[in-house]
Amino acid sequence: MNKLRVATTSLAGCFGCHTSLLDIDERLFELLKLIEFDRSPLTDIKHCGPCDIGIIEGGICNAENVAVLREFRNNCKVLIAIGSCAVTGGLPAQRNHLDLGDCLSEVYLTEPGTMHGLIPNDPELPLPLDKVHPIHEVVKVDYFIPGCPPSADAIWKFLTDLIAGRTPSLGHGLIKYD
Amino acid sequence: MPDTVELNVLLDRHPRRPESLLQVLREVQEVHNHIPPGIDAAIAEALGVPLARVRGVAGFYSFLSLEPLGRYRVLFSDNITDRMLGSREMMQALCGKLWLEPGKVSEDGLVSVATTSCTGMCDQGPALLVNGRAITRVTHQRINEIGELIRAGTPLTEWPAGFFRVDDHIRRRDLLLESDRMTGAALTAALERGPDAVIAELEASGLRGRGGAGFPTARKWAACRAAAGDERYVVCNADEGEPGTFKDRVLLASYADLVFEGMTVAALAIGARQGFLYLRGEYRYLLDALEDTLRQRRAAGLLGQGILGRAGFDFDIVIHLGAGAYVCGEESALIESLEGKRGIPRNRPPFPVTHGYRQRPTVVDNVETLCAAALIAMRGGAGYRAIGTPKSAGTKLLSVSGDCARPGIYEYPFGVSVRQVLNDCGASDALAVQISGPSGVCIGDAEFDRRIGFEDLATAGAFMVFDSSRDMFEVARNFVQFFAHESCGFCTPCRVGTSMQNALMDKIAHGMGTRHDLEELAKLDRVLQGASHCGLGHSACNPVLDTVKRFRPAYERRLQSLYFRPAFDLDGALAEARRMTGRDDAGAHIRGES
Amino acid sequence: MSETFLLDGEDIPFEPGQTVMQAALAAGHYIPHLCYHPEFKPHGSCKVCTVKIAGRYATSCTAPAQAGLDVASDTDEVNELRRTLVQMLFAEGNHFCPSCEKSGNCVLQALGYDLGVMTAGFRHLFPDRPVDASHPDILLDFNRCILCELCVRASCEVDGKCVFALAGRGITKHLIVNAESGRLADTEVELTDKALAVCPVGAILIKRQGFAVPIGERRYDLSPISAQALADAPRPPSGSQPCPSCEDEA
Repeated sequence: MNKLRVATTSLAGCFGCHTSLLDIDERLFELLKLIEFDRSPLTDIKHCGPCDIGIIEGGICNAENVAVLREFRNNCKVLIAIGSCAVTGGLPAQRNHLDLGDCLSEVYLTEPGTMHGLIPNDPELPLPLDKVHPIHEVVKVDYFIPGCPPSADAIWKFLTDLIAGRTPSLGHGLIKYD
Repeated sequence: MPDTVELNVLLDRHPRRPESLLQVLREVQEVHNHIPPGIDAAIAEALGVPLARVRGVAGFYSFLSLEPLGRYRVLFSDNITDRMLGSREMMQALCGKLWLEPGKVSEDGLVSVATTSCTGMCDQGPALLVNGRAITRVTHQRINEIGELIRAGTPLTEWPAGFFRVDDHIRRRDLLLESDRMTGAALTAALERGPDAVIAELEASGLRGRGGAGFPTARKWAACRAAAGDERYVVCNADEGEPGTFKDRVLLASYADLVFEGMTVAALAIGARQGFLYLRGEYRYLLDALEDTLRQRRAAGLLGQGILGRAGFDFDIVIHLGAGAYVCGEESALIESLEGKRGIPRNRPPFPVTHGYRQRPTVVDNVETLCAAALIAMRGGAGYRAIGTPKSAGTKLLSVSGDCARPGIYEYPFGVSVRQVLNDCGASDALAVQISGPSGVCIGDAEFDRRIGFEDLATAGAFMVFDSSRDMFEVARNFVQFFAHESCGFCTPCRVGTSMQNALMDKIAHGMGTRHDLEELAKLDRVLQGASHCGLGHSACNPVLDTVKRFRPAYERRLQSLYFRPAFDLDGALAEARRMTGRDDAGAHIRGES
Repeated sequence: MSETFLLDGEDIPFEPGQTVMQAALAAGHYIPHLCYHPEFKPHGSCKVCTVKIAGRYATSCTAPAQAGLDVASDTDEVNELRRTLVQMLFAEGNHFCPSCEKSGNCVLQALGYDLGVMTAGFRHLFPDRPVDASHPDILLDFNRCILCELCVRASCEVDGKCVFALAGRGITKHLIVNAESGRLADTEVELTDKALAVCPVGAILIKRQGFAVPIGERRYDLSPISAQALADAPRPPSGSQPCPSCEDEA
């Protein structure tokens, strides 16, 4: 059987979900019999090609996140949001009740020690969106694995169900929002 | 505090009990144009309720405000019929004239301009309220005059009387509207018959509630009469809030005697000593005339102790005013409101006939129902039963508005076809009719042979006509906004669902909608219809469902071909960051859909 | 022999005056619920306990038990409805479980787990709701309030203080406290109040007590909420008498 091609990335996240994926430990070898990685922090491939599964960690907080998310959606048959940030906006979304302009002024212009400060404007830097969004507010998402991060067992159960063609189902102890 | 004396005078007009809270707040609002800080605490103390409850009630009713709203508060009626007559443009014009943003108070504290739910003047709109007083037939010229009067600080009492003219527009009379002024005739007949026979005549008449639900009136009265308890209440539901409905306004303006006669007949039938007329705040202008009628009836021995000389037949009526909450038209929410609380529909059972006002047996009837009951008490049930259709006896008042030559009140025997009504009101180019308001049903021209009646098109009376120039998506969107604004917020599905429905309709309106959004709307409907606490939530999705089914192209032409797109403009979401950084390079933008 | 009704095909005995929910819990049968609390008069606002009775949806915490009812609760259709309601609550507030001290003991979260809620699904409203940290010992985090009114009911009926009330309407409905300043520190609230203990989510928290129980040992880590039905079984009301300003003598 052909291996399923899987891409992963972390947007406005902390790579904790990726770390949790690595926590499946020796089961990685089993997983690698079934899948191969496309774009992922594990491969250093820079752009996502045609894939069966895309796994997104992190919410959408800036223009680059949007571009990467769209690249995944356009190339992946199945898109999975993994972790609190991708599913709910998570920690980065805690800024949503603040005005972005006020945030930038305070951090770069008015705080003590920022005299003659400048808001970074290098074109290399992605511009922040006014609000942080869970990824399902920006593209269609097929599956969600909540958790901060989801446990290795939850990720393993979810992926093995999906790859085997079952409807992924996490029972008690595996669904966690924290 | 200089206001204390004034507050005490005001408080003295009411029993110092929690039940008086809403009425006291409404009067304070009328005097001060808001509930000033400190006054809320004084009211709490005087009525023996927690301060948080005072604020909770003040925050529930849209005519009450804990924040100052200007010495002139202008509220444009925002029903679709007002919009069709140009209300939105007129509001912009007034705001422009007053250098004001809608929803904001002018910096000098003079004036605020905003919208409010349908004020019941659909046949003579666009309409607005200034400090609670209804103004009809707003034109650009009138807007200019209003702007001048406000800027000059002219008291409302000195505004041209013509501004406040409200016409009955009775276009077709039948049984009810042809009846003469009723001063005791029905009551005399009812006294002769006795309570049981009155209920028996009602039973024979086949009268069903005219508020829309159609519950048999005789059964309601009999249940209340049979319910255990030493005090009973009659409540007339004049909280006519369903957009497009205004027939109760006409009955109260020109047939008040008949309304009170019906209430007194009900009191006789169930054994009540106290009645309430719950008058919607939008009809505040009717209050003085109604109080006059009550005084005349007391003087004529038709209210008070020993009515018509019958020892032990004691009954009187108090008028309570609402303060801008559609949900209070639901009978148990209305009772909560009568008790001075937030108008949250109660859990049922128990029903008001056994546990109503102050948990006592209570009959709540629509204005039109009580009028019909008075006629039946006088003339007997058989004649009434002979009119109409098998399941819908008698006549029905329709409030006709929208695209027709002769909007107004039409009384028909039940069973009249929609087409007949359209012909009579001069609607030559009708595309659709909204029957019974947003919570009712929207039908297209293929269904104009359907008939008004409980067998087919049950209605509380609204009949809004839309001609072929109208965009039925915008009609539905107006109703969706209405439900989101009027949801009481008690239950999860309605509180959250009406807001989400509103957001989805906005998304489609802004050209960002997709097929996925139609699926989301259908999903909301399943949840609201299935799980909502009261009729508001159950019917909040009807306008969208009906128009998607019958006027789908109005939606399709707005949808994008994609299956999904965000509800917000991604590039727009970068605008603030561009402004702060001064960047405008390619990387500072998000282009395209995907 | 008491009368019975059917719940998912099983006979449930009931006493006169019991609701479907009370009878089911007393018989050890769980119906998902959120604003219902065994010590308080049913409220019926969250609608999570919706069931189907004779083909029509009904709120089981307020529906009177009657002989011969046929109640469907644990069905795909009804659970799908409940899932959507829980999703609505997650989307309405700011429920960020990783930073919440109530996590693991939270009824909303436990319901989400049990119903298999993987996402709020809807667009998050991200409301701006500043916390009230004025009280030295109690934190009010309105971001997590689900408007179940348990604290409102407990404060009036048990504590006799009416510290909490609701204001606004529709989507702007919100919890307020009974003080001229509007701050919790200026109310009569005390640490021993029942109103604090009944909060099913992390809206009312006692300060300096967070994270005392390690992850893995918290209430809903141990077993799913559906397996804890007996803990929710009806028991005598904690309320001494109805609050005179809120309730009428029935």
